[in-house]
Order: sequence, then structure tokens, then C-alpha cells
Amino acid sequence: MVEFTAWDILRNLALAARWTLALSLLAFIGGSLAGAVAAFGRLSASRVARAAAGAYVDLFQGTPLLVQLFLCYFGLPLVGVETSAWTSAALALTLYSGAFLAEIWRGCVEAVSRDQSEAARSLALSPIQGFVHVILPQAARLGVAPTVGFLVQVIKGTALASVVGFVELTRAGGMIANATLRPLPVYAAVGAFYFAICWPISAAARNLEVRLNAGRD
Amino acid sequence: MQVALDFRPVLAAWPSLLSGAAWTLGLTAVASVIGLAGGVAGAAARRDGPAALRFAVGAYVEAIRNTPFVVQLYFIFFALPALGLRLPATAASLLAMSLNLAAYATEIVRSGLDAAPAGQGEAAASLGMTKTQAFLHVLAPPALGRVWPSLVSQIAIVMLGSAVCGQISVPELSFAGSLIQSRTFRAFESFIVVAALYLAMAAALRRGLLAAGRRFAAGD
Repeated sequence: MVEFTAWDILRNLALAARWTLALSLLAFIGGSLAGAVAAFGRLSASRVARAAAGAYVDLFQGTPLLVQLFLCYFGLPLVGVETSAWTSAALALTLYSGAFLAEIWRGCVEAVSRDQSEAARSLALSPIQGFVHVILPQAARLGVAPTVGFLVQVIKGTALASVVGFVELTRAGGMIANATLRPLPVYAAVGAFYFAICWPISAAARNLEVRLNAGRD
Repeated sequence: MQVALDFRPVLAAWPSLLSGAAWTLGLTAVASVIGLAGGVAGAAARRDGPAALRFAVGAYVEAIRNTPFVVQLYFIFFALPALGLRLPATAASLLAMSLNLAAYATEIVRSGLDAAPAGQGEAAASLGMTKTQAFLHVLAPPALGRVWPSLVSQIAIVMLGSAVCGQISVPELSFAGSLIQSRTFRAFESFIVVAALYLAMAAALRRGLLAAGRRFAAGD
């Protein structure tokens, strides 16, 4: 049997953490695109777009991420896409992130838009000009802190990709715990890795919230 | 490309689905009671406790909120036996769900207490109430009422998160889905049905608890 030193365990977890970060980044970027589309849909004047975007958000906020992962894993082959743990995890996390980001951003736009859009109209800006030059800059400022905060949820969500066999931090931890028969230090180290990644982001989100909202009210 | 979906074999397994849904709701109910009580206690400790306790509760809240639920569950189920604490899968799941909810509830309840007008605590003190009496009878009930919608959302998140407890073979709803897909080979259909059940349960849970909160607040 191979002997694992503490250094071996940490090194292997650090290597696996790269996949946690890669999957998080991909899901966050993909989720931003999906979230922007869905947020515009929710804010749109078209009833069909509002209903479709609303159904998307409700569906992904009202079901477990794990079940979404299973649906992507088993559903992609049905539409002829060669599935892998990586593609199904990336797709599921993208759709999941998109639903939450859409709600965050819609809330931010609605928080500034009421009197501000009337003010923009009274300056003879078109609705699009008003949105781009008046609403969006203020909404973006409001949205920064909760968006950064949601990144923590995405990173934690990637741990579920371990269930469909994607080897990231959690899965690697399970494999090392089984190989070394030392689950206590290994799972403690896995938790510490997540904490080391997520806690600075949580703290940054809190700071941003204080700083960016200081000028309001 | 022809996609032929067949839901009949999945729906034929409705007793398993029903039992899985009941398990999910049962786990959520128990974890909610323990988690909310823990959240109120945690919020009280962070406000009025001694410095060491305030720090300990803060560290616990940050540790839970910055690590994935599945890692917390695996730690309790796979790692704690090395310390001599060997819990069955159901107890491990309940502990993980309760600890998780309590950490988030601590922060939520704390924000509700922070929003209380300062006069409230002073009024209670002027009536000769002890600090504990004032907290339990004067400060906590309206604070809970203020943040009840956030607590309800958090309970729904914990319910959806409990899907991962099937990974340590607790027979909850997603576990039932896995079992049905392995028997029927209708994987996609199994999880579509499971997803629909979760969706309905999350909506019913939100609606029911929000209505209960309004009744409770009205009865004050």
C-alpha cells in the first residue's frame, strides 16, 4: 500500500481544487450570460418573455441542484450530446447560477427604476437611452455586492458535481479518505480548502456592500 | 433524433416516490425546529453572550456558511466516527441539516433583532424583566416576525439541499429517484418526476409557512 504523507494529501487536494475553481468560473460566466438574458426577460414588456423567464427562474430555484445535475447528466444523451461529468456539471451549474443571478439583477434594476425612469423620460431620453445611461449604472452599483456574494454559492454548489463523478475538491477528498483510511484529517482539510476560497469572497462582498451603499439614503 | 419519453414505469413506482417525499418533509420538519431554536440561541449569544462565546458562535456561522453542505454532511458521517462519534445516516443528516440551518438562522434572526427599536428593550427592563425574560417575551417574537420570510426561504433551501442525503443512503426523495431509475432504466423521466415533486413541495412549504407566520403575527 502507498503511504500518504500530510504533504501528499494537501498537494492532491490543491490539485483538485483547481477543478473546483475552473468549474466555478465557467458556471459563473455562463450563469452571468443566462442570468442577463433571463433578467431582461423578467423586465420585458412582452408577457411571453416574462412568463418564460419566470418559469426558468422558478424551476431552477425550486428544485435541488443535485436533481438538476442528474437531469443534465441523463438528459443530454437524449438530445444526442455525448455526456460527461464535466459537461453535465458545467451545464447544470450554469443554468442554476443564471436563475439566481437573474433574480438578483432584476431586483437591483427594479430598486432604482421607478422614479429614475420617469426622470429620464422627462429629459426626453428614449427608454433604451434611459435604461443604459440612467438605470443601469445605478443598478450595477447595487448589484456588485450580492453578485460577489452569490459567487460563494456557486463555488459551494460545485461540490455536488462530485456526485456525478467529476473529480474536484470534494470527490478527491473522498478518494483520498478511502485510500488513506484517515477520513478525519482529509475531510477537515477539504473543509479548510473551501473555507480558504469562500471566506475572502464573503468578506469582500460584505465590504462592498458597506462601501457601495454608503452614498445611498 | 427521436426522443421517446415514457413516464409510466416511473409513475408506477409511486409508493417509493411518496415515501421519499415523506422522508424529505420529515427531515426538513425536524431540522427546521432544531435549526430555528439554534438560530435564536445563536443570535442571543452573539448579542449578549460573553466575548469568548460571541467569537465561537461567529466562527461557527462563518465555517458553515463558507463550506458546502455536502462536505459538512460527509464530515459528520465519515469523519466523526474517527473521534468515536458514529451516527446512523438519518441522524447524521438531521445533525448536518440542523447545524446548517442554525448558522444561517443565527444571522437572519440577528438582523431582525438589530432592527428592533431601542426603546423596546428599555421598556422591558423598566418593567423589571430580567434580560432573558425581555429577550424571550419582548425582543424575540417581533424580531422573528420581521425576518420570517427570510427564515422560510432558508428552510426551503435546506429542504432542497437535503437531496444530497440520499448519497449516504437516507431514503429521501432523490434517493427514491435513483432507486427507480436503476430499476426502470428511465433515468431522465425518474428525475423529471422527482424535480416536479420537489418544485411542488418547495412551493407548498413556502406558502404554508408564510401563511402560518401571518396568523402567528396577527395573533400577537
